Amino acid sequence: MKREYGDSVSWQRENSLHDPIICINNLVFHRDGNVVLDDVSMEIRRGSIVAIMGPSGVGKTTILRLITGQLQPADGSIEVNGELVSAMSHRDLYKFRKGVGVLLQNGALFTDLTVFENVATPLREHTKLSEQDITDRVMEKLDSVGLSGTQELMPHSLSGGMARRVALARAVIMNPEIVLFDEPMTGLDPIAMSTIGRLIRETNDQLGLTSVIVTHNVAQMKKLVDHCYILASAKLIAEGSPQLLTKSSDPSVDQFMNGRVEGPISFKYQQNQGGGAAQSS
Amino acid sequence: MGHCGFFLFRMLAGIRPGPALLMSVLQQTYLVGARSLVIIMICGFFVGMVLALQAINALQQFGASEQVSLLVGKSLFRELGPVLTALLFAGRAGTSVAAEIGLMKATSQIDAMQLMAIDPVQRIALPRFLAGFLSLPLLTAMFNAFAILGAVVFAIGVWGMDAGIFWSKLQTGILFGKDFMGGFWKSVVFGGLVSLIAVYFGYYAKPTGEGVGTATTRTVVLSSVMVLIFDFFMTSFLV
Amino acid sequence: MRANYKVELSSGIFLMMGIAALFWLATEATDYGVRIGSDTYSVTAKFTNVGNLKLRAPVKIGGVAVGLVKYIELDPVTFEAVVEIWIDRQFSDIPTDSSASILTSGILGDRYIGLEPGGAMDALSDGDQILLTQSAVILESLISKYLFNSSKETSE
Repeated sequence: MKREYGDSVSWQRENSLHDPIICINNLVFHRDGNVVLDDVSMEIRRGSIVAIMGPSGVGKTTILRLITGQLQPADGSIEVNGELVSAMSHRDLYKFRKGVGVLLQNGALFTDLTVFENVATPLREHTKLSEQDITDRVMEKLDSVGLSGTQELMPHSLSGGMARRVALARAVIMNPEIVLFDEPMTGLDPIAMSTIGRLIRETNDQLGLTSVIVTHNVAQMKKLVDHCYILASAKLIAEGSPQLLTKSSDPSVDQFMNGRVEGPISFKYQQNQGGGAAQSS
Repeated sequence: MGHCGFFLFRMLAGIRPGPALLMSVLQQTYLVGARSLVIIMICGFFVGMVLALQAINALQQFGASEQVSLLVGKSLFRELGPVLTALLFAGRAGTSVAAEIGLMKATSQIDAMQLMAIDPVQRIALPRFLAGFLSLPLLTAMFNAFAILGAVVFAIGVWGMDAGIFWSKLQTGILFGKDFMGGFWKSVVFGGLVSLIAVYFGYYAKPTGEGVGTATTRTVVLSSVMVLIFDFFMTSFLV
Repeated sequence: MRANYKVELSSGIFLMMGIAALFWLATEATDYGVRIGSDTYSVTAKFTNVGNLKLRAPVKIGGVAVGLVKYIELDPVTFEAVVEIWIDRQFSDIPTDSSASILTSGILGDRYIGLEPGGAMDALSDGDQILLTQSAVILESLISKYLFNSSKETSE
């Protein structure tokens, strides 16, 4: 596997690279009578960066919500560290979520708190650290995303890329095992995209995390991730390293990876399938 | 309605008193209470003046214009103070709370909180509810105080009534138990009512711009209607 | 939460102002401030007619309120109105031969009890009775008396 970002690979990652941390088995999910996910299975390995890709509206974000237990699958199961997420009680779920960092679309920073307080929120809520320890940890994380000095700013005075980096610092402040990213690069300029990409790689390797990225940004993912899953029409159509997938002979995969309009993936609304490639762009 | 009651239960059941809650309640009290103060004072002052004006006009016909402070005081303490303040509060603070929570939802801050294993009902809704609950009785008191000041300015300053008669009528005619405390309990209930409606509609707003708009409109309409309905029932049961 | 010094200060000021307003209203604009508390002694007085004297009406000496009307009852034997007055302890030197009259503030104003101090050496104390009383002047009886007198004059 060739990597563009970062070169330090922690021993933890190498040691346990083949140990699956998230197992998704034959997942089925319906919404309003539509099949959103149909028989999707994944095995995400500890320490890796995995992308879940596919055209918009294919249910990528739904997978994240199923992993965090915000949604319940209609069939199939999700195991994280061997524990069944769908069987967790409300309390277990909250405990489980403390070990999972999430970076939502646009960062979702708390608009009424400063950057410092945003990053410190999980610590304040879940730990009994002293003010000094909290300050140290927050400043360390802010420094690691290159934003030391912004701690007293309010979120509305940050640029999109900076907000995303603050959100990244907040997502990893509790030193989680897993970090989930929902479209971390959407709406950013190319430089900010690469910055975020490098930071994801760096934090993943330094902290020994497992990162799951939901995105439709093919170009960035090629540079960043270890493993890709491609969803189309509610089904998992391909998986493998990005290099492998780019060269795939499968017409659907080829269409998505290389962004072709013509191809087998219908971009029409799912209910009335079978109308060729009707794209709006 | 039942859902709203359940929401109230959810807020109060998980309450964890502590310095963190105190600080966020204090912060919200500033946003909800202190920022509504100026509008409440101005409105109170003018309501007091117009009440005094109307009362003098009406009472003069019976040669009883020296009863003006009694009339102004009774109507303020019992009805106008709590009701008008609650309506102003719904328009000023209720809408901003509903819009703020709705916007937090639309920008998935509520979502982010849940994913951080933080209960947004406790973290977002509860401090705002408590702050409103605390603020409205105090705002009502400010409203009444400025209304009496307005009545003083008009009755004594403009119309030339004797200050001694004005105050002694208030002090003998307004009953602490019935008038003052009756109005106070009303303002406590209205405070809870308006803030509950605001946080409820904000929290269950659709996470879109339109949803936030609907939530604020509903907050004003429903809390105004509920305040007036509760006012009738509280008046008929309390007094 | 941190560095929100200004917010905390202004919400603190708001709370103080609100509580101050509550307190001011309660003491200055209601009867709470003039309520005669526990430090009183009670005195009774009998009147043949109290007019529209109300409970809590002020009791004044020389126009200054010294107490209030606590109870108004009817003596079942003499059919006189028995009025119990609570007087503040600070006015504990009111002579025993003082007189109480029911007066009206203004022509149509409220009734109150005016005490006229006498010259005795002993002071009224708890449970005493004021013997010299003057009942309320009832407008209707005044008018009818005048009419009656004038009609008698014309008939004679």
